[in-house]
Amino acid sequence: MSDHIKLKKGLDIPISGEALCKVTKTVKPGIVAVKPTDFRGVVPRLLVKEGDSVKAGTPLFADKTNPEVVFVSPVSGTVDAVVRGEKRKLLAVTVKSDGQNEAVHHEVPSIDKLDRAAIVKLLLESGVWPCIKQRPYGIIANPAVAPKSIFISAMPTAPLAADLDFALAMDFDAIQAGIKALGKLTTGGVHLSISQKNYAGSDFHKLEGVILHQFDGPHPAGNVGVQINHISPINKGEYVWTVDMFLVAVIGRLFLKGVYDAHRMIAVAGPAAKNPSYVEVPCGVSMQDIAEYFDDSKGTVRVVSGDVLSGENVGPDGFLGFYDNLVSLVPEGNYYEMFGWCKPLRLHKFSFSRSYWSWLCPRSRKYDMDTNLNGGPRAFVVSDTYGKVLPMDIYPVYLFKAILAGNIEKMEELGIYEIIEEDVALCEFVDPSKIEIQSIVSKGIDLMIKEMA
Amino acid sequence: MNGLRNLTDKIKPTFSKGGKLSWLGSTFEAFESFLFVPNTVSKKGAHVHDSVDLKRVITVALVALLPSVLFGMYNIGYQHNVAVGGNMGFWPIVGYGFLRILPLYLVTYIVGLAIEFGSAQINGHEVNEGFLFTGLIIPLIVPVSIPLWMLAVAVAFAVIIGKEVFGGTGMNIWNPALLARAFLFFSYPNQMSGDGIWFSLRKGETIVDGVSAATPLAQMSGGVENIQYSVADMFFGFIPGSVGETSKLCILIGALILIYTGVGSWKIMLSSVVGGLFVGWLANVCGATDVPAYYHLLMGGFLFGSVFMATDPVTAAQTECGKWIYGFLIGVLAVVIRLFNPGYPEGMMLAILLMNTFAPLIDHLVVSRNIKKRLSRAKTV
Repeated sequence: MSDHIKLKKGLDIPISGEALCKVTKTVKPGIVAVKPTDFRGVVPRLLVKEGDSVKAGTPLFADKTNPEVVFVSPVSGTVDAVVRGEKRKLLAVTVKSDGQNEAVHHEVPSIDKLDRAAIVKLLLESGVWPCIKQRPYGIIANPAVAPKSIFISAMPTAPLAADLDFALAMDFDAIQAGIKALGKLTTGGVHLSISQKNYAGSDFHKLEGVILHQFDGPHPAGNVGVQINHISPINKGEYVWTVDMFLVAVIGRLFLKGVYDAHRMIAVAGPAAKNPSYVEVPCGVSMQDIAEYFDDSKGTVRVVSGDVLSGENVGPDGFLGFYDNLVSLVPEGNYYEMFGWCKPLRLHKFSFSRSYWSWLCPRSRKYDMDTNLNGGPRAFVVSDTYGKVLPMDIYPVYLFKAILAGNIEKMEELGIYEIIEEDVALCEFVDPSKIEIQSIVSKGIDLMIKEMA
Repeated sequence: MNGLRNLTDKIKPTFSKGGKLSWLGSTFEAFESFLFVPNTVSKKGAHVHDSVDLKRVITVALVALLPSVLFGMYNIGYQHNVAVGGNMGFWPIVGYGFLRILPLYLVTYIVGLAIEFGSAQINGHEVNEGFLFTGLIIPLIVPVSIPLWMLAVAVAFAVIIGKEVFGGTGMNIWNPALLARAFLFFSYPNQMSGDGIWFSLRKGETIVDGVSAATPLAQMSGGVENIQYSVADMFFGFIPGSVGETSKLCILIGALILIYTGVGSWKIMLSSVVGGLFVGWLANVCGATDVPAYYHLLMGGFLFGSVFMATDPVTAAQTECGKWIYGFLIGVLAVVIRLFNPGYPEGMMLAILLMNTFAPLIDHLVVSRNIKKRLSRAKTV
């Protein structure tokens, strides 16, 4: 039996363009990218140069501070470019696929015969390790640390999130293998959270070797950070590891097939998506490969790798992020609207507050949202709004202000260890003052990493 | 509409950085964003945003206040008619009230907005819309006979000392509108309290004999039989008093709008009413006064204060638990001051200002409890 936790606070953003459960394309690898910027706190040390030929699983760069953590090529082919930005910062390593899909093979005995050290070594060598993140801070897990427990959320609630039951339907065995391997990494067990509404309909409740939890409620109930806060909150000095469900499959494939195989089923969705549906892609796929889904009839399309709340604007020439299985396409909102703020009706606009009428509309109604800020930046004024969308035992405004003040002690006391950007993304969405809350939290986490190192 | 947009785009460079009139940039921005929702798109973080902004929130608050403004206008004329023993019809009464309230609003908005624009300009901020609400409230909480220059001084004091020195809307400690009233109250007591100030008279007019010029609050110290107004009059607002506070019906309509839209906190409204009733009841039981507890809601500015001023999200307690304490104490203090301090017949202003001062302390206690909880969790695991 599993416990059942019901959350009331939060908001399911009714954005249009949800992906239909059908696969409309399989992208053959062309040019793919591995981006050090996807991994918080990683200082990359390049291991290849342009023109080198690589296999799927060949390390491209390593983390300077933690050299055993390597980042590998998802396909076989040649290193196409080493992209650098300001101050020669490494932004991406792109690989041109040769279509052969040759992979580095690892000797993998049965998981039962492996001990923790052997599993860690295998995960590190194969390049699968970056799949495992650590809380606090949401950085790549430190292999030297024994985590309190491992958390997996099988119920993404972010706007337009991929339906995992559909996207991972073929990966049940891999996920089971992945969970088995993860179970050996901790003594606190592997916690798996499943949506209460879809409990029986989902195959995930049949997984073995997990501690099941059921959650019910609007976004961010599906965020693993919120789930940890309700199941076993993180205190100072404690570490919890988290893995995205579709990356558990990547871990599992290593143990089933002995190779690094990070291909995934992504949802292409959003108000500016033509034929929103699922696409099978290699890790780090170029957005050019799915350009036929961009619908620019409503204006320029913003291409977001990840969800519309915390994803990254990668642009139409960018690449899919390592931790993303969703591409959100949103029209740019760079237009003026005369007297928009005082129009009494404005029925096409959605608002969480009741100062518009959208709360009277049926829940099934979806809105064509765009990237317009819908206002100008102001100081914290209506400060009790945030609490309504943050189902955690945290006082958000006080935490944000502690971060702005750079007060480490207060940040610790008020719960900086328990949140990352995605957990407060909704606060940013509903904020009438249009404060960049995720940036604030991001700064706070960077400061903590620096000070605690 | 397109023409206006084109014109705006045409003159925009003049006011932008490097333009001839760049020192008026904030002013231009304020008018532009008043006319058009700006075309700014999200850069970092969330890519989509809620349609609500501060302008919208303030607009809702203004709408909630409107019934009180309209009735206040009418009541100015009505009370004038009573005072001079005239027999004016409905429209003359409204017209008289309009002509009387207009200068109050003109002075308030001109002085207040001039300072707001100036300070936004100096600091290079966008102009905050907070004063639109403050400015609508200030004339409602002063006697109609207030000399305009006093009002101007008070508004300037409230905006500069009450708000801008702290950094503008969102940073202030005290409700600026109440600060304006407190400033007047302590600087010019003769114009702010006592009988006779609640009527506006034309030159040469005098109050006819037999008309009570006192507010129910002033009469209250003599006991309930001394209050000359019926409960119905006090509820509907046909009594002398500050411009906007008299009609409890209009205030309740405003309260409904605020609660419905979530702009005002129902917790603060409810708990302050409960606090007021509690002390009123206690005073009855102890025999301190024979004025029934519910009279306190009907007299003076209690309800107006708890609906429109105590709920100001910036100066109120910000934690949910803190709001209950904050509101309750406002109600308690207001009635305590009313009953036991004959020098200040209206306790609501002081009660709210006092609790504004203590709101951060209340929040601090609530947040500290959360911190302790977090620490104890670490020890038990």
